[in-house]
Amino acid sequence: MYEGRPAARAGTGKDPVNLPMIRHWCEAMGDTSPAYEGPDAVAPPTMLQAWTMGGLCGHTARTGAYDEMLTLLDEAGCTSIVATDCEQEYLRPLRPGDEIAFDTVIESVSDRKTTKLGTGYFVTTRTDVRVGDELVGTHRFRVLKYAPSGRRRKPPPRPRPVVNRDNAGFWEGVAEERLLVQRCADCGTLRHPWLPGCNACGSLDWDTVESSGEGTVHSYVVMHHPPFPAFDPPYAVGLVELAEGVRMVSNVVGVPYDKVRIGLPVRVEFRRYEDAEGALTLPVFRAADGAAGAVGGEA
Amino acid sequence: MGTETTRPAVGGALPPLEIPITRTLIVAGAIASRDYQDVHHDAELARRKGSPDIFMNILTTNGLVGRYITDHFGPTAVLRKVAIRLGAPNYPGDTMVLTGRIEELDGAAGTATVRVVGENSIGNHVTGTVTVTFTEATVTVTLTDEEAS
Ligand SMILES: [Zn+2]
Repeated sequence: MYEGRPAARAGTGKDPVNLPMIRHWCEAMGDTSPAYEGPDAVAPPTMLQAWTMGGLCGHTARTGAYDEMLTLLDEAGCTSIVATDCEQEYLRPLRPGDEIAFDTVIESVSDRKTTKLGTGYFVTTRTDVRVGDELVGTHRFRVLKYAPSGRRRKPPPRPRPVVNRDNAGFWEGVAEERLLVQRCADCGTLRHPWLPGCNACGSLDWDTVESSGEGTVHSYVVMHHPPFPAFDPPYAVGLVELAEGVRMVSNVVGVPYDKVRIGLPVRVEFRRYEDAEGALTLPVFRAADGAAGAVGGEA
Repeated sequence: MGTETTRPAVGGALPPLEIPITRTLIVAGAIASRDYQDVHHDAELARRKGSPDIFMNILTTNGLVGRYITDHFGPTAVLRKVAIRLGAPNYPGDTMVLTGRIEELDGAAGTATVRVVGENSIGNHVTGTVTVTFTEATVTVTLTDEEAS
């Protein structure tokens, strides 16, 4: 469906063919040929593609079709790219001062293939390089856009909560997607985190109430550094005051990390994680709809 | 060792060229070819993408193959076509040995087609075919002792 469509139209070289770039190329390649220096210097023919490169700032001539196709392949899991073939034909030498222009067409896209690197698609493009109206070279380029296999690194597992006999009831509640708060059986004071005794009266008797899950951000920090393998900084960690009055620490989601503010209304959400160590459910706090900067869906 | 001018012949082998694959060569080649993809200069990002280290970009390989041919056929030789296919990546610390064999020769036109292979410790980094036009008198071959004797 993308075959035959242009990948770059009327691209122009960022620099005219010039001696300094030729010299840098020859230094890198260890090429001491006298043909590439002096007043009659030509460019090494194998530099053909280099004159078309976008460099650090990228291409400006790429068409929507090419980017759209790469995005589709990314979405199909083919996030890696490697060049596999390069076929160039040189019709006349390029000389300092030549201003090149180029058009690239997507010549073919293969069926999904299995390779040593992973499965993916070979995309072949052909670029015609011109100086003025004169065709000076053609350049056929093939890349494999693939989903890396085998050595693909799985995300490291999230750290697990430390569950002990004092707090086991809380985590059992979370596993059932219920946020349980301890309540003193004698004086009725609510407490969190879970503890064996009441801070207000010292009683060891307690029961639980299920929190509504509604709350507000009482305080927060944004984690930038150091990065921990299972997390993707920056992210916001909130101290959330629940409607029932106790406070709880967890991630604030559904809002950009830099839009978290004290007083932000939030509601508990139970997130399930599957990783190398199995399944895990954790309570996080999602910014309420309509809260400043809140975004729908995944944070 | 001896140096003499020879006539290229079909089946004739070009003397091998050993290229140490240094980190400097990989980065210098990438930048000289205006290729700023991180896998060619940033080892940490390369590893994150599943590669054990940075590796040489195809434009550098292409440049080295071209140099290998023109080194042999002399300064008046002109490359007409270079077609290469990459295999085993060139990682830092490895050595690539380029070898070539003349597959076709048109003496009247002064055109040769050379099959080129670049092998590293993993396997064939590059296989390809180069078409070059040349002036016979300029082809200078450095012979090894064995060939010279
Ligand atoms: Zn109490």
